[in-house]
Amino acid sequence: MSVAHHVPAKNYVINFFVLMILMIATVVAARFDFGGANLPIALAIAITKTACIVLFFMNVRYGSPLVRVFAAGGFFWLCIMLAFTLSDYLLFTNVMGSPTTVAIP
Amino acid sequence: MAVVADRQIIHETEIRPRHYLNVNHSFWSWFFTTDHKRIAMLYLGTITVFFLMGGVFALLFRLELMTPEGDLFQADTYNRFFTLHGVLMIFFFLVPSIPATLGNFLLPIMVGCRDLAFPKVNLASYWIFVFAGMFGVGMLASGGVDTGWTFYAPLSTHYSNTSVFMAAMAAFFAGFASILTGVNFIVTVHKMRAPGLTWFRLPLFVWAQYATGIIMMLGTPVIAITLFLVALERVWGVGIFDPAHGGDPVLFQHMFWFYSHPAVYIMILPGFGVISEVIACFSRNKIFGYHFIAFSSLAIAVLGFFVWGHHMFIAGQSVYTGVVFSLITMLVAVPSAIKVFNWTATFYGGNVTLESPMLYAIGFMGLFTVGGLTGLFLAAMGMDVPLHDTYFVVAHFHYVMVGGMVMAFMAGLHFWWPKMTGRMYPEFIAKFNAVIVFLGFNATFFPQFILGWLGMPRRYHAYPEEWQVLNVMSTAGATILGFGFTLAIAYFIWSLFYGERAGNNPWGAKGLEWTIESPPTTHNFHHIPTVTEDPYNYTGREEVNVQQ
Amino acid sequence: MSSNSVPEIGPSTPYFAGHFEDVDQKIESDILGMWLFLAQEIMFFGGLFTAYSVYRHAYPDIFQLGADQLNYLMGAGNTMFLLISSLTMAMTVYYTQHGQFRKQLLCFLATMIFGSLFLVVKYFEYKEKWDHGLVPGLNWDPHTVDFAAANLTSPPENLKLYFILYFTMTGLHALHMVIGIGIGIAIFINMLLWKKYGPNRYMAVEMFGFYWHFVDIVWVFLFPLIYLI
Ligand SMILES: [Cu+2]
Repeated sequence: MSVAHHVPAKNYVINFFVLMILMIATVVAARFDFGGANLPIALAIAITKTACIVLFFMNVRYGSPLVRVFAAGGFFWLCIMLAFTLSDYLLFTNVMGSPTTVAIP
Repeated sequence: MAVVADRQIIHETEIRPRHYLNVNHSFWSWFFTTDHKRIAMLYLGTITVFFLMGGVFALLFRLELMTPEGDLFQADTYNRFFTLHGVLMIFFFLVPSIPATLGNFLLPIMVGCRDLAFPKVNLASYWIFVFAGMFGVGMLASGGVDTGWTFYAPLSTHYSNTSVFMAAMAAFFAGFASILTGVNFIVTVHKMRAPGLTWFRLPLFVWAQYATGIIMMLGTPVIAITLFLVALERVWGVGIFDPAHGGDPVLFQHMFWFYSHPAVYIMILPGFGVISEVIACFSRNKIFGYHFIAFSSLAIAVLGFFVWGHHMFIAGQSVYTGVVFSLITMLVAVPSAIKVFNWTATFYGGNVTLESPMLYAIGFMGLFTVGGLTGLFLAAMGMDVPLHDTYFVVAHFHYVMVGGMVMAFMAGLHFWWPKMTGRMYPEFIAKFNAVIVFLGFNATFFPQFILGWLGMPRRYHAYPEEWQVLNVMSTAGATILGFGFTLAIAYFIWSLFYGERAGNNPWGAKGLEWTIESPPTTHNFHHIPTVTEDPYNYTGREEVNVQQ
Repeated sequence: MSSNSVPEIGPSTPYFAGHFEDVDQKIESDILGMWLFLAQEIMFFGGLFTAYSVYRHAYPDIFQLGADQLNYLMGAGNTMFLLISSLTMAMTVYYTQHGQFRKQLLCFLATMIFGSLFLVVKYFEYKEKWDHGLVPGLNWDPHTVDFAAANLTSPPENLKLYFILYFTMTGLHALHMVIGIGIGIAIFINMLLWKKYGPNRYMAVEMFGFYWHFVDIVWVFLFPLIYLI
């Protein structure tokens, strides 16, 4: 049973409190207006929380390299979809009343 | 293993050999079977039914296209026919064709284990597929769909008054069946390989199934959610793609093609795997460039996710994004070409014999090359403008899907049929049939290239008179093709009862599946094999004893 | 496979199905299979997140207005419930692996209870939206929304799009919760009546935990994106 991990239970509790603090941080941060930084701040906190859950609650931290690749793969593929789809919308002229970044010459 | 050993003792005391087919004849033993081989056979039967249904619709609308006027069917009926043909063939035949039948059957044997990693999940996959099939039948019973298999919004979400909901649900659930198959394949290849069976000793068929599994797992959920949103709009009348309140129909196309382009590779990669096996066996030669073929499968699976925008060049996509998609699309042709060159090189120095699987495989190589090269025309943004939505596109993807995948499926079926059923089909008729199918296919689809070049748009039931000759040729070809497939089904069924008993290795082929009985026992191997040599250990030109 | 005896199924002996060679192979396969399944789930929700990103980019003001209609304290409370249930779920797996059946049972019960609390809060949230006429398709009459004060540049009817996304995303998430609680009840019965899961047979619990944590992760993104910004 080499895979059975011997992680002390207190790790889970610490992880939980870190998550709670991050949750409060994201709520507090949203009360203030940082302008364009609102979204990046919220996303950064969400990604950190996800990392905490994946690494410690789901034990990927102690998993084999293969498990880590598989765990990262799904998130990475989502980024591909987001990046290419958004590239279309970011590079396109104003079709939906949106502020445009690049106008087609 | 102890259990297996006990059963083995029982087997040996019996006169008739026990194998996975006759181990138990009860209905429930099939209904609840977790044996990958039985599930493969169940899948084979089911997709054949859907293939025939899809084929009948194809023949019906080809019949309409015999004459320039829309005289046989109403435009509405015609729309339903081509849509049903597309939906049934893609979601219910091509996607599960090789992975769920040959893949299910052979993958555990090729990696030297007793079953897939999750046999119950495999069974669930089959029954989800049947459940999806019921929606498919419901879709037929409620009058069919007329949106084309692409379900483009807002036609599908708003304007069509046919049973889009049923069709979307059918594809939705069929998708989950293929996700489960994909997950099973990937885990099996990673964790269930026999001792000594390193990654580079795996048959190329396994590599191809693995690559397919990646696409199934990462692509299919996106179409599931997309169709879910379409269904939601059909049911509650509020839609995420509805421009009335700011929705964007082009977003539907993005999400749809994120799956549906990689799905094209779900529909061709497993075929590549089959061709690698067949070519090596009947050339009696080590496959040329094993590593290149193996990695090109993975390259296709990954790159295939970066090219979906080539379906949207004229859909209002950003030109800059279009350029990127166009370039990567051309890039994807490289691994495909690598494969074709390596197969061709495998002939060299080999002892090529033309058994029926080999005839199909050679047919595949020609037809796939034509299909692939015409794909480059369409990948070029400028060329795509006049050719988009013409018969050129129709001919292109039929050269890949039918000329590629269906030919490969036929090659694989003929190759492994003796292993799956323990019986030989009539070889002479099979060879004759391979030629019939090849000729019928070209007669059907080559004229469509010319028609598309001349500007005939797809999805219309009437056309100007000057295109009639080519259309009649195409319909005649479709009839020949239909005859070919019917003949194949007929002699396969015949062989089940009257076919000559095949030995364990009728082709003298290499590979773990040929070291066990035909048909295999429920647990495949009496002892888990230890692999000590590379795959395709054929001897080239040296004298080979084909029939054991 | 090393042993020659058929493994007895019970809490004290390693359990694995006959087609596996040994128990490590089974454990690794289960973990990999579960991660692949979760990758599939990521892409499933990912389609919705893509749609969200595209529309948010197109109508930032509408999304701000939509977020203002939601009760962020309810969302924060729900986040807390889910995080607590994730902790107790992790502890359940821990106690299962260490054979402490009483604690295992209690932790799992807590997981189910906090999961249910989440759904209760969700119910009140949905009910509030219904009363305010913010349910597209079924009850759409946004009389409580002050469009004039919002200074919109996008058409006001686009608010519908925001709420379609809101209901689809949170609804699918809630559906995952319901399915999770359904499976959880089955596991709980097995624990309670037969002490089915112990140090030698914990994969079912751990895999359920993976699913549960994943549902948590989806909410970790939904909460800020939908309620806060
Ligand atoms: Cu494509």
